[in-house]
This record gives sequence, structure tokens and C-alpha cells, in this order.
Amino acid sequence: MSCSRREFLKNTMAGAVAAAMPACSVILLAPGEAKAMTDGSKLRWAFLVDTEKCVGCGLCVDACKTENEIPYDAPVSRTWVERYVITKDGETHIDSPKAGRDGFTTGEIRGEEIDPEDIDKAFFVPKLCNQCDNPPCVQVCPVGATYQTDDGVVLVDRKWCIGCGYCVMACPYGVRFFHPIHKTAEKCNFCYHRITDGKQAACVQACPFEARKMGNLRDPEDPVTKVISNERVQVLKDEYGTKPHVFYLGLDEKVR
Amino acid sequence: MSADLVVHGAEWTVKELFVYPNEFIYWSIQIVMYPYMTGLVAGAFVLSSLYHVFGQKDLKEIAQFSLVFSLALLPVAAVPLLLHLQQPLRAMEPLLTPHFTSAIAAFGIVFSTYALIVLSEIWFVYRGYFVAQVHALRDQPGIGNSLRRSVYRGLTLGAYDVSDEALATDHKAAKILAAVGIPVACFLHGYAGFIFGSVKANALWMSPLMPVIFIMSAVVSGIALCMLTYIVIMEWQAFRNRRRGGAVQASEIRGAEADVVSKSARYLLGFLVAAISLEILDLIFRGYTAMKSWDILRSVMYGKDFMNIFVLQYTLGNLVPFILLILPGRTIKRTVLALLLVLFGVFMMRWNVVIGGQAFSLSFSGYMHYHIPIIPHSVETFKEGVFGALFVITLPFILFWGINKFVPSLGRDAGTG
Repeated sequence: MSCSRREFLKNTMAGAVAAAMPACSVILLAPGEAKAMTDGSKLRWAFLVDTEKCVGCGLCVDACKTENEIPYDAPVSRTWVERYVITKDGETHIDSPKAGRDGFTTGEIRGEEIDPEDIDKAFFVPKLCNQCDNPPCVQVCPVGATYQTDDGVVLVDRKWCIGCGYCVMACPYGVRFFHPIHKTAEKCNFCYHRITDGKQAACVQACPFEARKMGNLRDPEDPVTKVISNERVQVLKDEYGTKPHVFYLGLDEKVR
Repeated sequence: MSADLVVHGAEWTVKELFVYPNEFIYWSIQIVMYPYMTGLVAGAFVLSSLYHVFGQKDLKEIAQFSLVFSLALLPVAAVPLLLHLQQPLRAMEPLLTPHFTSAIAAFGIVFSTYALIVLSEIWFVYRGYFVAQVHALRDQPGIGNSLRRSVYRGLTLGAYDVSDEALATDHKAAKILAAVGIPVACFLHGYAGFIFGSVKANALWMSPLMPVIFIMSAVVSGIALCMLTYIVIMEWQAFRNRRRGGAVQASEIRGAEADVVSKSARYLLGFLVAAISLEILDLIFRGYTAMKSWDILRSVMYGKDFMNIFVLQYTLGNLVPFILLILPGRTIKRTVLALLLVLFGVFMMRWNVVIGGQAFSLSFSGYMHYHIPIIPHSVETFKEGVFGALFVITLPFILFWGINKFVPSLGRDAGTG
């Protein structure tokens, strides 16, 4: 069979294109994307805090520190409880001694005794990582050591974090800090090791008044999801566009 | 609390009123040094480019010096970051697994690009000199000379052609690199401004003007440092010559110096005016729009940090040197004083941005005060204390001394570029 050079090149080209066709028709997916397209989208963790129920006992902070091995006396914590006292003169007094770990047992705020007669209103607000849908901490990590899972939780890889602190700076909620022992960025992860194992987060389990609850936003039958979709809930600092996923019942406008 | 349980930032942070429990001054003196040093690098390069690209002939001598000095400053720009990292052994990770949505991830790439430009420009400017040295040292006796010759042989990279044509090509290449280098230098520093300006959580930092302000003040500080070092070295040479009664007359040096200094001073003033205008614009805009954060920002700027911002930075660091430089009958001594104040002013600007940005709580209900560790009692208090900062500031001069041994950037030996 005779074959001119032109013919040969033409056939080679056609053959190469034909061989490449099947490869082009396959979309390349990252493992995370592939997972999201199958079962990942069925789960999105969300947190519900009922501030009306919180009494500021601090058991949640205590449980969190123990469960997540944050040195007990170090002045940092994955979760904390703030006390707000608004007096009749319009002043807002806020404190969170030892992150609220030992409860609020005196009427003193930073050494100042407040006369109960002067108080307009007072309440407690538990705080923790908001597991934002648009997390600025993940955006700014220069090495990708902090990342978002398919079910919405933001995690930190202690083996890869370089400790630059950019994520600490980028979080508008002040939930991040450096772990005193590991020397890497640290934050609340909704007790990811527990919730992925069918257990409750340590703080949720420790709360005697059910002020803290967790649920799956993708499940319409989830009791927490029902509250979030049917009742009037609020989130913290939504002006930053972070789309936080810790929802609050009974949040006062003074809370920041 | 035992020594290994130290919470980063807790040692030098004092809290006032309500501050979230995890908030501390995490970015301390080394993060002040980082933009300060990169600013000096960028500024030094821009000054050298004024001659190489725009043909400002009277800047030739200081341009040569600035170019070599910017090489000495270059590695030092990365040192503060290294000293600041909690995991310094992982410092290469931003290059290995860059996460490009982060401004910091670009550091390695921009920094290396810039380093390549500076190195190759110096090579093109000095190649003729390297070749001349190889020939001149050929018959010189002694191990020292033969070692020097080997170094120069290495530096020529085997390119020994010193015909007029070849040198003209060198010159052209240096010019192109200097031109390309300006935007890269601005990018290197502008992006340092972006690192801060893009932090939406920080009310003081978040501003699109931040990168531009950083570039302008970078050029100001770079020119000031180059002029200062240049004057000091020239005065020292003149002093030595006077003592020895050497071949070069002191008056000759002083004459050349005065021209260079007055020309550079004009550029310095231009960039200084641009930097101050932008900063004032930023300040006015914040006050006028009075967003939610303005109450706490105002209390920091006009209250707690008033001394740092308005007295030390704007008055002592900007206004006073401005007047010193524009008043007629300027002397070298007055110029030196003005340059020192300019350098101090830019340092205070970096300080007020980095430390000032952490002077208030994210809750807008409290303040944090920074107490810089002076006497170190641990590695961390050395790294992030006064001595760490002094170490960083001394390093470029030591490096310059070493580099200048092989690439003389001052006086008659300077390259041919």
C-alpha cells in the first residue's frame, strides 16, 4: 500500500484527535468535588445557640478545653461565654473572665461592682467558630493548611500550618489563636472527630440547659434545622459577608 | 504557666476593657520590620532605575550604589517573616504548596522574580568590571589574589567579550531589566500593602489605598536610606583622604556628592508629598464616612495613639524633614538629619499600621497595648523583641560590606553601566 507523506501526516493527525476525544469528554474532578457530587451535599453542619437558655455556668468551655486538649489554664479557648450587663445609663459592660470557664459567680465586672438596681438587662452569649460558608481564614492561608470540608466545617492541618497568623488576623470573630503546645493555628471545629463519629460536640453534650445544639441544615426534618428555618434567628457580624453558620436565638443588638 | 505553655502574644499584650479571650497582638515588631525592609528594597531599586531607565545622568553614582544596596537589602526582607513564623522550619511551604487565594502565597514568586531581576541587572552592569578584574589579577602574587580571581572568573559566567558592541548590549540589557524591575519592585511592595489592606476583619487596615500608600512610602524610605548611606560613606572617604592627603581631593568628592544629594532630595520630596496626601485622604475619608468602626478608630487615632501618629509620624517624621529639605541653604548635616527623620517617619507609619491595627479589639469594646520585649528571656522574646528588630536592621549593612568587596559600587571603580 502506498502512502504519501501528506497522507501519512493527515492520518496521524486524525488518529491522534480520535484518540484524544474520549479523554476530553471526561470532566476532571478534584476528590472533594467528586464527593460533593455524590453524597457530600446531604450534610451541612450548623449550630444553634439559644441565648435565653444560657446561664453562664461555663461547663461548655470546661468540656471543650478538656476534650480538645487546650491547656486548661492558658488564656485561650476554642469557645467562650460572654456576659453582657446593660445599665440604666446606657453603658454596656462586657466580660469573659477565663473565657467564662469557671462560670460567672460574682456581680463584679473587671473589678467594678454593679448595683443590681442599675441594671436594665443582662444576659450571656456563648461564642465559637461560625464555620462560615465564605471563610476569610481559609482564603488567606498561604499554604492551604486550613480548609473547608464538604459538610461545611473549617479544619486546620497541624502538620502543615506554618504559623504565620494571617488566618488569626482575618477572622472577624476572634475565634483563632495559636495552640500553646503545637504552635499552630487553632480553632473550634465543632468537635469534628466526634460529630463524624455520630456523637455530639463536647460543649453541646456538656450544656445542662440545651442552650447549644447542632444539626444538619440539609435535613428538613432535623429539629435544629426546623428552628433555624421557622423561627427568627440571627447571626454575628453578617456585614463581613462571611455567611456564618452559628445561629442565635434571642440575640441582642448590643452583642458584637 | 510553664515555659512551653506560653501563648503567643500574651507576653507583650495588655488588654483594656472587653477584648475577646483569644485576641492578642499576634503581629508584632517583625511584621513592622517586614514592610519596612521590603519598602527599603523597592525604594532603593526605584532610585537606581531613575538613572538606568530615565537617564538621570547626575544620579549615576548613587544609582550604582542603590542597585548594589538593594541586593544587600533583598535577603533581609524575608528575614522578619522567618523570625515571625511559629513554624520556621516550614518556611518553604508557601513555595511548595502555594494557596493562591492568599496574598502571602505570592511572596515567594514575586520575591524570587525580583531577586532574579536585581541579580541579572547587577551582572550586566558589572560584567565588564569582572572581566577587567580577571585580567588585572592574572599576574598578581598571593593566595588572596588568586582566590579573588577565581571568584571573578565565576562571576563572569564565562562571558569574556568586552568589545564595545558587547558592552553596549550589556548596557541595553541592564536598561531593560531596570525598566521591568520598577513595576516588579512596586508589585513586591504594593502587595505587602495588599496583605494588610485586604483584611476585611480589621477596620484600620481595610482600605484599597493601602497598597498605593505602601508603595509611595516605600520609595520615600528607600531613597532616604540610600542617600543617607551614600552621604555617610562619601564623607568617610573624604575624611580618610584628608588624613592621608590622598589623590582624590576632598572637595572633589563633596562637589559630586552635593549634586547627587540635591537631585535625589527632589525625588524624595515628590514621593513624600504623594505618600502624605494619600494617608491624609484615607484619614479624612474614614472620618467623613464614619462607619461602625469609626468610634473605636477615632479613640485610637486621636486618643491612645495620638503621640505615635500625629506627633512622631506626621510631625517629626514628615513635616519637620519636609521643611528641613525645602528651606534654602541646605547643608549636608541638615540633610542627614532630615533623612534620619524621614526614615523614622516611615518606620512609625509601619508601626502605626501594624501595631495600631491591633490596638483595638474586634469587638470594638476594648483596647490592646503592645509592650515590646526589650531584654529577651526566651527565643520568642528575642525574635519578637527589640534585639530581633536590631538584628534585622543591621543585617543589610553587613551584607553590603561583603558584596561591595567584589562589586564595588562607590567611587571610581564602580561598574560601567
